[in-house]
Amino acid sequence: MTDLRNSTQKLSYLQAIVEAHREEMRRDERVILMGEDIAVYGAQSLFDEFDESRLRNCPLSELGFTGVGVGAALTGLRPIVDLTISSFLYLASDQLINQAAKLRFMTGGQLKVPLVVRCSTFYNNRTAAQHADRPYPLAMNTPGLKIIAPSCAADAKGLLKAAVRDDDPVLFFEDITLWGKKEEVPADEDFTVPIGKADVKRTGSDVTIVAFAGTVPPAMAAADMLAREGVEAEVVDLRTLVPMDKDTILASVAKTGRLVVVDNSHRVGSVASEVAAVVSEEGFDSLRRPIQRVTAPAIHVPYNPKLEKQLFPTKETIVTAVKRIF
Amino acid sequence: MSFDRAQALECYSRMLRIRRFEEAIIAHHPVGHLSIGQEGAIVGACMALRNDDYVTGTHRSHGHPIGKGADLLPLMAEIFGKRTGICKGLGGSMHLTDTSLGLICESAIVGGGFPLATGAGLSIQVRKTDQVSLCFFGDGATNEGTFHESLNMAAVWKLPVIYFCENNGYAVTTSVAKSHGQPDIARRADGYGMPGVAVDGQDVEAVHAATQAAVERARAGGGPTLIEARTYRFDEHSNRLAIPIKYREQDEITHWRGSRDPIALYRAVLDARGLAAEATDIEAAVLKLAEAAVRFAKDSPEPEMQDAIDSMFAMPIHFPAHAGIA
Repeated sequence: MTDLRNSTQKLSYLQAIVEAHREEMRRDERVILMGEDIAVYGAQSLFDEFDESRLRNCPLSELGFTGVGVGAALTGLRPIVDLTISSFLYLASDQLINQAAKLRFMTGGQLKVPLVVRCSTFYNNRTAAQHADRPYPLAMNTPGLKIIAPSCAADAKGLLKAAVRDDDPVLFFEDITLWGKKEEVPADEDFTVPIGKADVKRTGSDVTIVAFAGTVPPAMAAADMLAREGVEAEVVDLRTLVPMDKDTILASVAKTGRLVVVDNSHRVGSVASEVAAVVSEEGFDSLRRPIQRVTAPAIHVPYNPKLEKQLFPTKETIVTAVKRIF
Repeated sequence: MSFDRAQALECYSRMLRIRRFEEAIIAHHPVGHLSIGQEGAIVGACMALRNDDYVTGTHRSHGHPIGKGADLLPLMAEIFGKRTGICKGLGGSMHLTDTSLGLICESAIVGGGFPLATGAGLSIQVRKTDQVSLCFFGDGATNEGTFHESLNMAAVWKLPVIYFCENNGYAVTTSVAKSHGQPDIARRADGYGMPGVAVDGQDVEAVHAATQAAVERARAGGGPTLIEARTYRFDEHSNRLAIPIKYREQDEITHWRGSRDPIALYRAVLDARGLAAEATDIEAAVLKLAEAAVRFAKDSPEPEMQDAIDSMFAMPIHFPAHAGIA
C-alpha cells in the first residue's frame, strides 16, 4: 500500500465531499447518509462499497427525514442528512432548530446530537427565487448549531470530516459555484480542518477582505486587481460561520485598519453584518475608515441571468468597496 | 392476556404515581399539562417496553417517564425548575426527559416527536438490535405533516416503531370531530400500509395487550403499528391557560371522571383478584413518595447560569467566549 500521509489527489469540491463521506463511512460504521436522490448529488459511487441500509434514499419529506436523522443521532448513529438545496432548509427548520439545536440543552446535557446536515447554495444558476437562497444568517441566529461554509475542495473535505466527528449538530453549506473546482486535496484519511478556524488566504497590509464560500474566488481576484494598483489586501476566508474565528479577523484588521466584508446573503442581518458588528465592538480602535459590506441586496433572486448576476458580489464590486475607504 | 401478580401491582403503582405526582403539582406548583385521566393509556403502553427501548413524548410529558418507571424526585425537582431536576431545571414541565430509561425527547412542538421516534427506529435497524421505539402523541398531532411523513417512512422501511396515540378527544378546545376528516384515527394506518388498532385507553391491560402485540411484531422485523388509545383528559389543557369558551359538556366530564377513571377501574380488577390489601399498601406508599418528591424539590437549589452554559455543546468551540455572556 502506498503511504498516503503526505500524498494528495486532485479532486473537485463535490468529489472531495464524496471522498469525505467514503472515508468516514469506512472509518465508523455508525455514519450513514440520508437524503433525496442521493446518487444524483454525488453519492453514486458509495453504493458500490456500502450496504444500502447506510445509504437511505428518502421519500420527499424534508422535515421528516431531517428529524429522522436527529432521532438516529440521538440513538447511536452519526447521520449525514443531505438536504440538497438550501431553500429546502425552511421545510426542515423545525426539526433542525427546535429539536437538533435544543435537545441537548433542554435535557440538561443528557443527550448528544452528532448530526451533519448538508445543503447547497444554488445561486447564479438560473433557478429563480425558490431554489437560490443562501440562508446562512437564518441558521446563525440559532444557538447550538455549528455552521461551516468552505471555499475550496480541501477545506470541504477536511471540514466535513471534522463535522462527522463532532458530537454537536453541524450545518454544512456547500456552494454550487465551487462544486466543479478542482485542486490537490490531502489523501490522508485523518486529514481534517478544525471547525472554528479561519484561513488567511493571502496576506496584505492595507485592507482586510473577509469572505467565505463562493465569495472567496472574487475576493482573491479583487486582491489581484488591487495589487496591480499598489494596494495590498489581506483575504480572510471564514470557513466556519459559527463559531466564528474572531481572533483571526481582529488580528488582520489590527494590521490593516480597513475592513470589507463580502457575503452572498441578503444585506439585512447578513453574515457581513455580524462580522461588521464584531469588529465595531471589539476592533473599533484599529479602524481607520468605516467598514464596508458587499452583499446581495434585499431583493429576491430573479430568473433572468443578467439580472441575477448583478445581485452578487464580483471582483469589481469588491474593488469599488475597497476604493471607497482609501 | 392479563398481568401476573407482580406486573399488576407494578402497573397499579405506576398509574398511581402519575396521579399523585400531578395532584402534588396542583397543590404545590401548579404549572403544566396534566395526564390525569390518561394514566391507563400511558402505563399500559410503557409496561410493554424494556428499559432500553426508546420513547418520545409530548408537552403532556409527566406520565411518560413515570410510566417507564423513572424516579419521581428528579422529575418533581424539574417541575420546580431546580438544579437537581432531571434536566437541571432547563427543560421543565413540558420536557421531563429521563434518558436513562430510553426517553429521547418530550417535544412541546406538537408532532415534533414523530420523526425522532422514527429516527430511533432507523438507528435500531442499522445497528441491528432488537430494541423498539415508541412514539406518544395526541389526537391533534395526527394533523401535523410530520405524522404523514414519519409513518410513511417507517412503513416503507419496516422500522420497529409503535405510534401510540393518546386520543383524549380534544386539541386544547378543538374536538377530533371538528378537526379530523377521518376521525377514526386508527384507520389512518390504512393509508400507510401498516396495522391500525383502536383500544380502550381506560383499560390498562387492554392497552398493554395491544402494545405488546405491536412490540412483538416490531422486534420480529414486522414493521410499525399505529395504536389509538381512546382516553380522556380530566382537567383542562393546561393549568396556565384560561379557557374562555365551553367546548365540552359537564355531563361528559362527569361521566369520564365518575365511571371511566382508569385507576378506579383497575383497583376494582385488583380487588376481584384478591389483591386489595396490596393495592392499599401501594396507595399509602405512593402518597408518601409524592410528598417526598415535593420536599426534595422544595429543598433543592436553583440552577446557575453555568449549568445552562455547560448544557449547550458536547464539544464546545470558542464557547462561551463568543456567546455574548457578560
